[in-house]
Amino acid sequence: MTDLVVKDLSVQVKDATLVEAANYQLSPGEFVVLLGPNGAGKTSLIRASLGLERASQGTASLNGKDAFSLSPIERARQIAYLPQSRPLAWPNQVRDVVALGRFSHGAALGRLKPKDAAAVDRAIEACDLSHLAYRNADTLSGGELARMHCARAFAAEAPLLIADEPTAALDPRHQFRILDMITAFVNSGGGALVVLHDIQLAVRYASRLIWMKDGRIVADGSPEATLTPHQLETIYGIRARVDGLRIDMDGPL
Amino acid sequence: MSARLWLTPGLALASLVAIFVACLLGSTPLGVDRVLAAFFGGADAGDRLVVWSIRLPRALAAFLVGAALGLSGAALQGLLRNPLAEPGVLGVSASASLAATFSLYYGLAVVSPWILPISAILGALAATALLTFAAIRTRSVVTLILIGVGLSSFSGALMSLLMNMAPNPFSLSDMISWMLGSVANRSFHEITFVLPFLIAGSAILLATGRGLSALTLGEEAASGVGLNLRNQRILTVLGAGLATGASVALAGAIGFVGIVAPHIIRPFVGHDPARSLVPSALLAGLILVIADIGVRVIPTDSELKLGVVAALIGAPFFVWIAMQRRGLND
Repeated sequence: MTDLVVKDLSVQVKDATLVEAANYQLSPGEFVVLLGPNGAGKTSLIRASLGLERASQGTASLNGKDAFSLSPIERARQIAYLPQSRPLAWPNQVRDVVALGRFSHGAALGRLKPKDAAAVDRAIEACDLSHLAYRNADTLSGGELARMHCARAFAAEAPLLIADEPTAALDPRHQFRILDMITAFVNSGGGALVVLHDIQLAVRYASRLIWMKDGRIVADGSPEATLTPHQLETIYGIRARVDGLRIDMDGPL
Repeated sequence: MSARLWLTPGLALASLVAIFVACLLGSTPLGVDRVLAAFFGGADAGDRLVVWSIRLPRALAAFLVGAALGLSGAALQGLLRNPLAEPGVLGVSASASLAATFSLYYGLAVVSPWILPISAILGALAATALLTFAAIRTRSVVTLILIGVGLSSFSGALMSLLMNMAPNPFSLSDMISWMLGSVANRSFHEITFVLPFLIAGSAILLATGRGLSALTLGEEAASGVGLNLRNQRILTVLGAGLATGASVALAGAIGFVGIVAPHIIRPFVGHDPARSLVPSALLAGLILVIADIGVRVIPTDSELKLGVVAALIGAPFFVWIAMQRRGLND
């Protein structure tokens, strides 16, 4: 069992406190969605949890080891990380980009070992990219690119996945497809922490919601327990009616 | 696929052929039989002298310089994720040749034959380190190129200052050779003193090539897949500094070949920075050997400088690549 345990984690940059005393845990079999308005500190929390950023206080530990002192390769084998996607530097072939997910296993492009090649093929299959595998990435649509990045993360075959807005700028159908893929990953025994801005989708897919505002985790629990009009009001500053897991947003406060 | 398979062996073979042809051509053309005889110790002493002491070292120097620049160019492009990065454009070559000239001017180079290559390498390392530092702070490609232009101009200005103060016409013409770049009159002796640095730099760049592939994803995602970003930056800078410095110590500043070669190679290797390293080095070496044959064969009153020819071909190419990128918002 690989789990990520974050205790009293704070991130401070100069005078600004980006994350304050955050506590949460991510384990296999969980689909956790991190919610919060822009500037709530979601990305900082993620980066500090991964050990990519130094925490000013508190700890993030992966399998009991301090995440910040893990080597990049050890970390990458435990957690696949999908940052907010940036354009690729070069128009590589889709299969090569997916193969970069095997970097921590020592894979070199063009000379994949059978084990790496098999993992790459599985990820390509899972993300429905087989027909695009030998296309250059600069010829793909936004939705196809998002699937390619997902496949890249899955190819690592790490037990945990952290994805920062994987559905940003996608049409509804592609948002569903990406989240379905992550659900399949969770059902096969993985644990995922995903940042989303679409509350309706978050509620639909998440097994747990973490609500964040002004650098603090305000609530952490099942959608049923934490989705309330009051929550939407304090976190997002919107008026909304909640009926079970259905949300009707009326507008800003 | 077959093009990929044959790329490296093909370029290696072409380079060997070009180096051999370079031994045939010159002010007195030698026949294939005479050059072959000279290679294997037959032939008369005159032929052996021409081949072993003049033509072969010169062609080899051109190849090594080109290979070092092509490799450094391909590696820097991978690190900075930018097809316009190159030791010449970024001012690395100019800084190296300034440092080399400086050591010549103050007579330091007389102390030991190692001083000159080491000065050139220190100049190259200083410039590469400055650029990488700038690249971390600014994500803008344009800013980085401008810093390179500034660095080039500044080194050029200091070079002019040294030339103004040059004590005699002899050192003046020496300095001009450094600025313009040339492999004329190189001997195996000079090659020996830069070879260790060249090999060390190339080995570092080849060993860390895989990280350059990961950087295709951007720095954040590259760290996510397991790349140690800090080490990658340090090693690429060190490798490119060593290789470029060594090439400058051998031939002065030769620009643009480090842009042209990787740009031609990339489509053949799936745009993967790691797989572009070796073919780019071979192609750049080949280009300089051919350009140097041109320099020797074209009848001009005083011999053309190799760096001038490289710039005449390379600079328009640079402008063309820059214009192709107009649509990208960086």
